[in-house]
Amino acid sequence: MTIDADIRIGQDLPPLTLPPVDRTTLFLFGGASGDHNPIHVDIDFARRAGMPDVFAHGMLGMAWMTRMLTGWVPQSRLRKIDVRFLGITHLGNAITVTGKVTDIVVEDGERRARIALSNTNQFGQSKIVGEATVALA
Amino acid sequence: MIDHTWIGRTLPESRLDLERGRLRFFARAIGETNPIYTDVEAARAAGYADLPAPPTFLFAAELDSGAVVKMLEEMKVPLSKLLHGEQGFSYFRPACAGDTITVTSRITDIYDKKNGALEFVVKVSEARNQDGDLVAELRTSLVCRNA
Repeated sequence: MTIDADIRIGQDLPPLTLPPVDRTTLFLFGGASGDHNPIHVDIDFARRAGMPDVFAHGMLGMAWMTRMLTGWVPQSRLRKIDVRFLGITHLGNAITVTGKVTDIVVEDGERRARIALSNTNQFGQSKIVGEATVALA
Repeated sequence: MIDHTWIGRTLPESRLDLERGRLRFFARAIGETNPIYTDVEAARAAGYADLPAPPTFLFAAELDSGAVVKMLEEMKVPLSKLLHGEQGFSYFRPACAGDTITVTSRITDIYDKKNGALEFVVKVSEARNQDGDLVAELRTSLVCRNA
């Protein structure tokens, strides 16, 4: 792939911008992911738990992060990803996933890129940060 | 406070049959439009045996089986106080529709911050396919907010 020849430290990956989080998205993700915690779909439960409303599953945001990565390289090149959930992704939050190449290393006889990842909403609040390692050809 | 004798304990195995319909549902739920995740021919053309499980899908194994909910009940962590702190995956080989994945987890740490206002449960999981090959390692940190 041509991206491998061109890749350099500091390079930004093509970002992925998501539509604002709505209840339907949370309902579908709850079913598809197997996460049936009612706090993500049932406003009555969420309020009893002291939250103003339902909110997005952390793993939905992480799935969007990996969508950005697999939009850039085939999934078979993804070696590792670790993320930290910093804040709740609320209804109406429109997340942009960004990635930047921070290092190029050789591990297990393979040339790999380290990618710094972030999910940021339209107000500039960082919701998830992480680091991925992808193999370069 | 969560009983620290959980540290080192292993959860019951969770078996997950990877089904095309479920993988398509997951792809739709995350807005994935790359046809390799929904169209078997496209997946095969890309070198996969069948529809590949997207990178974070295997987290479903212990949700579907009920292993995590049961663990939280036994730890007396209510779902209403649960947050996801950190999550990691390492990948060793693809998991595709038709595979049966077995996930085995061990609790590796339990600790608290802010004088017990936040408690953390750290779990490390191995996901193996029907041939016993290691497919992925999962690293999970769950947070119970007591405040």
